Amino acid sequence: MKRRGSRLLTLALLAAGAALMLFPLWWMLVVSLETPSNAGAATVEVGAISAFPADPQWSNWTEAMRAVGTVEWQGFLDALANSILVTFLTVTATVFSCSLVGYALARVRFRGRGLLFAVMLGTMMLPPQVTMIPMFLVFRELGWVDTILPLVVPAFFGNAFFIFMFRQFMAQVPEALVEAARLDGCAHLGVWWRVMLPMCRPVIAITAVFTFIFVWNDFLGPLIYLHSEEKATLAIALNSFRNQYGGLEDVQYLMALSLITMIPCILLFLVAQRQFIEGLGSGAVKG
Amino acid sequence: MANITFQGLGKVYPGGVRAVEGVDLEVEDGEFVVLVGPSGCGKSTTLRMVAGLEEITDGTLRIGDRVVNEVAGKDRDIAMVFQNYALYPHLSVRQNMAFPLERRRAHGGTVRRLIVPGYRRAAREEDQEIQAEVSRAAEVLGITDLLDRKPGALSGGQRQRVAVGRALVRRPAAFLFDEPLSNLDAKLRVEMRAELKALHDRLGATMLYVTHDQEEAMTLGDRLVVMDGGRVQQCAPPREVYEQPANRFVAGFVGTPSMNFLEGEVADGTMSIGEARLPLGDAAAGVPRAVVLGLRPDRLRLAEPEDPCALEATVAGVEDLGDRCDVRLQVGHAELVARRPAGELSRWTVARAAARVAFEPAEALLFEPGPHGARIH
Repeated sequence: MKRRGSRLLTLALLAAGAALMLFPLWWMLVVSLETPSNAGAATVEVGAISAFPADPQWSNWTEAMRAVGTVEWQGFLDALANSILVTFLTVTATVFSCSLVGYALARVRFRGRGLLFAVMLGTMMLPPQVTMIPMFLVFRELGWVDTILPLVVPAFFGNAFFIFMFRQFMAQVPEALVEAARLDGCAHLGVWWRVMLPMCRPVIAITAVFTFIFVWNDFLGPLIYLHSEEKATLAIALNSFRNQYGGLEDVQYLMALSLITMIPCILLFLVAQRQFIEGLGSGAVKG
Repeated sequence: MANITFQGLGKVYPGGVRAVEGVDLEVEDGEFVVLVGPSGCGKSTTLRMVAGLEEITDGTLRIGDRVVNEVAGKDRDIAMVFQNYALYPHLSVRQNMAFPLERRRAHGGTVRRLIVPGYRRAAREEDQEIQAEVSRAAEVLGITDLLDRKPGALSGGQRQRVAVGRALVRRPAAFLFDEPLSNLDAKLRVEMRAELKALHDRLGATMLYVTHDQEEAMTLGDRLVVMDGGRVQQCAPPREVYEQPANRFVAGFVGTPSMNFLEGEVADGTMSIGEARLPLGDAAAGVPRAVVLGLRPDRLRLAEPEDPCALEATVAGVEDLGDRCDVRLQVGHAELVARRPAGELSRWTVARAAARVAFEPAEALLFEPGPHGARIH
């Protein structure tokens, strides 16, 4: 009886937590289906709209995509293509570089390895705001402003947090496996590619999902480096629903496009959920 | 197949720790040599130097006619079976066994298959050769029905067979085994031991095998190399190592239960141990005054009245092992073990405090004092 009671309490707490998390999503969905006047009122007063719209405006979603940028549909499609390109390149580069550096730090014996690892961990202490201006100056000197290069190229140089995750995971793989691969004819690159990477699937999943979510939703990076409308990503395109004074116009469109932007992240999390959780647990528990 | 020659082989780790020192050994073509010794004796380091997994700091290593000190492990034409199997968990048994062949193929380029004329056909022929080789090895080891499973779905014995199969497909100059049976249970270990022996007989391959289990070493090896403190203590066929150990360490290490040792003094062909006087006859001729007497447990027995070499003992305990019994004896300050047939169990139990144990003088071994004292008889 006591056990059942505590289980009910757990369920109630989880349900309350889930409701709290899902409320903003629900609010976005409802506003995206409202008429312009109701949606505008909803931004001022929570009670201005009902939980279920009486007359859902499904056309808001297509109108939102059409209304992005100065050319109908073109603005949305450009932004979508740019987001996909930047995200794909960044995720690929991050997985590639972090796993390679993680392998080197875990498995290649060289002088100064420990020091390099410590320095790399030290970079995690630096907030991105500190490096933002120097980075911009470097990229401006290279003539990369208003290209996707400043958003993609740094990913080829790794990310301290993911390198740390790969390093910890690879350090747990039995040394005999690496030695067997070496005797079977693999050099270090072969061991990394053929033995380590296939075994690192949970860490690859977590790196890919985290990087995807961060890059897909990144607003600051594209805002700093991408100036032309045809080079904007979806996060920047959402900004086109703000007026010149910073206020919101067509809130229903903004919410609709925001939801459309979120769909890939939600789908990705659902697909990679198992590996994602496995990856978060790895490193904490020795297998 | 090839012979392996060690000349003054040594290994010093950074920090000055000397793991192996002055190993001179010739493993003949087709010979099964077992490196045996306690933990930390340098046997695994020696094997890893042969495999190219440890750098050689002193001496020369030859495989066949080639000095391989500076040759990478993958180019030494050797295959190694590891203690924990080292199977790639993401690959099937078939892929695991084909892995070393895939890495050595001449037509392995995926892109070139698509664009270079004639390359695809050559690659396909190579594929078929690899698959044939894998099937042949699987048949030899009786694992054909396991080829499409992943290592995680195999038992310990099956994994060990796959690990051997992965070595077998390469047809290397020499096989190296690093305690391959130590993760198996006792019954399976005995079975696998017999299978490995049969495999060696069938292939006639050069095999270098490391174990700390002296029973495994005795049953498998054509020759044993007993190591301690990084040095070779004795290199000889198993029977010779057992019956004519080079020194007290080898005598104590080989054989279960261990050899019994009693320290004493020799004068005029008679050895004095406490109150006991043991007429050793010819065995004691010309030996120094202080010696150590070595007696195998199975050579100790209850004394008859006419036995010249007998010791007064107290029975400290009797362990019934089914077909035999181990009798723990106290002789002065020394503890001895006698291994006797199970039929004698009651006689030893009855004897208790007044036991007299005897041995044949001809079966006694004499060593110089010290843990590595040389055998003098």
